[in-house]
Order: sequence, then C-alpha cells, then structure tokens
Amino acid sequence: MLFIGADSRFEARVDFSSIEINNNLEVKVYSSEGLKKGFVPMLREMFHDLWRSKDLGFRLANRDIRSMYRQSLLGLFWAFITPLMTALVWIFLNAAGVVKVGDTPIPYPAYVFSGTIVWAIFSESILAPITQTQGAKGMMSKINFPKEGLLVSAFYKLSFNAAIKLLLLVVVLLFMGVHPDWRIVLVPLILLVLMFFGYVIGLALTPIGMLYGDVGRAIPIGLQLMMFLSPVVYVIPSEGTLSSIMKLNPVTPIIISVRNYISGMDFYMPGYFWLVFGLTLLLSLFAWILYRLSIPIIVER
Amino acid sequence: MAGEVLISAENVGKKFCKNLKRSLWYGAQDLASTITGTERSTALRKDEFWAVQGINFEVRRGECLGLIGHNGAGKSTLLKMLNGLLRPDTGKITMHGRVGALIELGAGFNPILTGRENIFNNAAILGFTKKETEAKLQEIIAFSEIEDFLDMPVQNYSSGMRVRLGFAVAAQMEPDILLVDEVLAVGDIGFVLKCFKRMDELLSNTAMIFVSHSMPQVARMSTNILLMSHGKELLNTNDVSVGITSYYNQYKLEVGNQQLSDIANLARISLISEGKTFQQEDEITINYNAELQIEIEIDCIREIENPKIFLIFADKEQRNFGEVLNFGDVIQIPKANGKLVVKATLPETNFAQGKYSITIGLIQEKNKVRETIFRHQSAIYFTVHGTKHGWAPIQYNLDWKLIGS
Repeated sequence: MLFIGADSRFEARVDFSSIEINNNLEVKVYSSEGLKKGFVPMLREMFHDLWRSKDLGFRLANRDIRSMYRQSLLGLFWAFITPLMTALVWIFLNAAGVVKVGDTPIPYPAYVFSGTIVWAIFSESILAPITQTQGAKGMMSKINFPKEGLLVSAFYKLSFNAAIKLLLLVVVLLFMGVHPDWRIVLVPLILLVLMFFGYVIGLALTPIGMLYGDVGRAIPIGLQLMMFLSPVVYVIPSEGTLSSIMKLNPVTPIIISVRNYISGMDFYMPGYFWLVFGLTLLLSLFAWILYRLSIPIIVER
Repeated sequence: MAGEVLISAENVGKKFCKNLKRSLWYGAQDLASTITGTERSTALRKDEFWAVQGINFEVRRGECLGLIGHNGAGKSTLLKMLNGLLRPDTGKITMHGRVGALIELGAGFNPILTGRENIFNNAAILGFTKKETEAKLQEIIAFSEIEDFLDMPVQNYSSGMRVRLGFAVAAQMEPDILLVDEVLAVGDIGFVLKCFKRMDELLSNTAMIFVSHSMPQVARMSTNILLMSHGKELLNTNDVSVGITSYYNQYKLEVGNQQLSDIANLARISLISEGKTFQQEDEITINYNAELQIEIEIDCIREIENPKIFLIFADKEQRNFGEVLNFGDVIQIPKANGKLVVKATLPETNFAQGKYSITIGLIQEKNKVRETIFRHQSAIYFTVHGTKHGWAPIQYNLDWKLIGS
C-alpha cells in the first residue's frame, strides 16, 4: 500500500504530481509536465483521497446544514415546499378539467405529488456538485485539502434533503390512502440510484460550469423542459412522439419504479433501469477524473 | 544546524491572463489539453504575462526563507504553487514531508456558526480528525485567548479575533514544511509575539517560508532572504541585512515636503564630513565613525523668542531611533531675527550601514510656553558606509575587558 499509517494528516493532494516515499517523508513533485505516472496509481490516489475525505465531507455538510437552518424560522419546511406547490397547481388544473393527464394507476394527487417530489430530488442532484464547488472556490484557492471532501459533502447534503422529502412523501401518501407493501424499503435504494445518476451528470458538467456561468443558468431551464418529457405530472401516452421520447428517457424507469414501489406495485422496465445504473457507474469514473484534473485550472481562473 | 533539503524550486514560472473573458477561454483550452494529454506550450498567449519567472531556491530543515518584494512581485503566487494550489507553467517544485500553511487562517469558517463549532470545521479542513481536534480543544481555546466569545457567531468577530482563532487551530499542526503568508498583520502585539514563539518552536524541525512586508518581522524570523521583483528573483542571500537593505534600495526615498510657516522656515541644511560638504539634493555617503557636522540655516520672517532647534534621526524604516534636544542647554538666544545659522557636531557616526534621514524642527519658547514653529520631516538623507552590517541602527563600540576564563 502506498500510504502508511492511520495518520490522517499524511497528505496526498496530488492532482498533478507524483508521489514516492523517501526516508519516511512523502515527496510531492509539482511540475509543468503534468501527469507522468500511470492510470492505476492515479486511481489509487483518488480512492485514497475519497476515503480520507469522509470525515471532512461530513463536517462540511454538517456545517452547511446547521448554518442554513439556524437562520431560518420555518427550517425543514423549505425542503419540500416547491414540489408541494407544483403538485397542488397540477391537481387543481386536473380537477378543473383544463388539462388531460391520462389515467393514473393511483389517485392523481398521489401520482403527481410523488412525481414532483422525485423530480425535485433529481434536480437537486444535478445541481449539487457545481453548487458545492462554486461555494468553496474561495477556500480552494487558499488552502490545500482533498477536493473529494467537497464531493462527499455535496452528496451528504443531497441525501439529507432527499430523506426529508421522502419522509414527507410517504406520510402524505399514507394519508391519501395509498397502501405500500414490503417493497417500500427498497425505495430509498432506488432513489439513491436516481441521485447517483443526477449527481454524476452534474459532476461531469462542473468543470466547464465553473468557467462559464452559462452552464449553471442553462441547467435549471433544461430541467424544466425535461420534466415535461418524463412521467412526472402525467402518464406516458400510449402512442406518438412524446410516448417514444418518454420511454427512451433514462429517468423514466426510475421515477415510475419509485412510485410503484411506494404504492405496492411492480418494478418498471428493470432492464433499462440496470442499464442506466451501469452506464452511470462508468460515467462516474470519468466525471471524477475530469473533476480532479480541472481543479488547478479552475482555481487559477 | 541545517538539515536536509525539504523544499526545492527549479526554474519555476507561472503565467496569468489579464483579460477575464480571454482567461476563461484559455482555461477551457487548458482543460481540453489536460484531458487529451497534450503538452501546453509555454509561450505567452495574447494578454498573458509572467507573474513568476525563473525562480530557483532550496530550503533546508531548520532554515526560514524570508520572501520579500513589492506588491505584485509574485510572492503569493509562488506560495500557492508551493502549496499545490496552482500548477507551475515552467519548472519543477519538490516538497518533502508534510506541508502546513498559515495562509488563510479561518478557512472553512462559516460566519453563522460559533467559534467553537468553527474550530472543528477549520481543523477538519487542515486534516485533523474529530478525535484529534477534541484532544487538542483546550489547548486551542487557551492559545486563542478568546474564550469569552467562543459561543458567538464568527461573523461578529473582528478580523483580529478571527486570525487568533485560525492561528490557534493551525498552530497545532506539526508539519515538515511551513508556509506563512502575511497573516500576522492584523494581530495585536501580544498575539504577534505568541505567533513568533510558536514559529520558533517549530523552526528547528521545519523548513519555513515567511512572506511579509514588515521588515522587522522578516529580520526576526528569517535565516535567508529571497527578494522578488516583478516576478523575477532579484537577490537570494543568507545575509539577512543585505537582503533587507536591497528591498529598501528599490524605493527612492525623497526629501519630505516642507509645510511653510509664516514665522520661520528652514532655508538650508548641509552635512559636512571629512572635508566634504553635501547639500540636501546630493547623494550623500558618510563613512562609519567619521565626524559629522550638520549645518542649519533658518530664515526668520518674524522675530522669534528663545528658539530651540531639535533633530530626529530615523532609519530606513522611518523608525525614529535618536533625538537631539539639547540645543537650549548649549546656546541661548533671547531674540532671533533675519538669518540664523548654527552647526552641530556628531563626533562619531556609529550607525550601521544603511540609509538614514534627519528630521529638523524649530520650537519657540515665549513666556515659558513652548510652541512648534515648523517641523521638516526627513529634510536630508544620507547613507552610512562601513563594515558594520547590523540590524539595529546604532552600533556601539564598548570597552571590552577579559576578567576571567
């Protein structure tokens, strides 16, 4: 193993350098020549940094969550107010007969509310890495610390907010008379896949997003659009262009499966679901490597 | 005393772009070339300039390198490269061992949270685990001396308090390399002394780099000096006084402007030494221990009663280290009119090598009440040339006797 001991202060901040152990002293070389070492040592460093960052990530998440709620009277309420409002609007529109949402497998209010909550979690996942990195820009340019700490912290905060939303969703659905079976315990796991998927997309966009503000502004707009291409507020139509698009949409199986499992129904499109998961795993490695490589460039600008 | 080489920089350089939009575009280009693994050219692209160029030095364990230079010379950029935050565009930096930095004290501080909570945040960013921080918590609180305010949100702290808290956490580090960047400017004297004490404790086991604009602080801590100017190395020496003098020599010290009074003004001040007479506008060099005569001519516009001339000697840092207030004891003039010419003699100019200035002023004593007529700051500059190279301005030659062995 390259790094010795449980001493957490042993550094390995090596985005563009090489490490050897020399007389018990870790040696870091920073040069203009960039990465000379191989792919595998770099991967080893990355995972080591990630392991080391779990404490730091937790601390940062803790800090941000506490400070956010300390300043707020309504606190946790704000975590789900937006999806709640969106759902109420659509319930109203549906009840007024103004829109045609199709036949939903469970009562429409339950359908749309579960849709907006899950979508809100997805949106937050995409924005999480870039928001965290943007917020830490000042710190990154002054102090050397493992940047995986930022990634871990963003994921912790994301999970915290998602947990609140999920809890609310289950409570509201029970209230509405929807009965889940044992499969409800799998819902957090499926949500994790959704969060992972969104997070990796956000991570891949972060390097260019840190340079150009356009990316950060385009994402919410894109998400708005995508919401209407997913079974969030209406069901997939039986035929037509929209139907094909929605069936191809990688988020579709996840949203529907979450909804189904909460309401005691079956998994939807399991094959596609696992394909999306596998591709996400692959993409996550590339996105992570790109993130690490881009840090010195971002810090400079 | 000095151990192995812990920091080494070879031909290190860094370029920046002046134009923001272009800088972002270059950033995107650099990102692309990093992914594809292609080499980046080191030529300057449009709007780019070298912030740091061709820097070479080594620091061993037990040494402290004082990094000095004008604002914008590239000191902080160099420090960021040493800390691994920026990637050098040319050259190579090698760091051996654990690196600690007193650069941004209070990094990771969240203003809403209290000081106590922020201790844990800051410690985590510096690499301490929660257990380690808890073990050292009492020491940190005691070191910071702000126990009363520990449970107050950090946004209400003064900048000095924040630096104290940040330093208290950072002081618990025991690195092999320590980088210090102008952090001591805000603290009060008690705090600054505490910091120096801690740095002294660390120095024997550390290679340090110390960046500061305060030359007394640099002289206090450094064993070597690297003087930078416009990104390049001007001087790299292990003679601290030479280094500091060179820093000052970059600045042209000008004779101060005189505030004209309507009662009396300084007409002329000249220095006479070893047969030569020098005027205010000359480049004056006096030899060490030579006799120095100061000739002063005053124009009295109105009548002055009991005039007393005073002199103040200041060193290159504008520190007033010597005064001459004995005019009235030697010369009594009840009333002065028209021109007044006097000469004062300093038998031995026992000043260390360097640049000095004389401030001259005139006091009038009317009915036992003293009134300052004028004060001409730094009326004349002169350089003392000699072999005595010291930090303090006055070099005493005491009579030494051996009384035992």
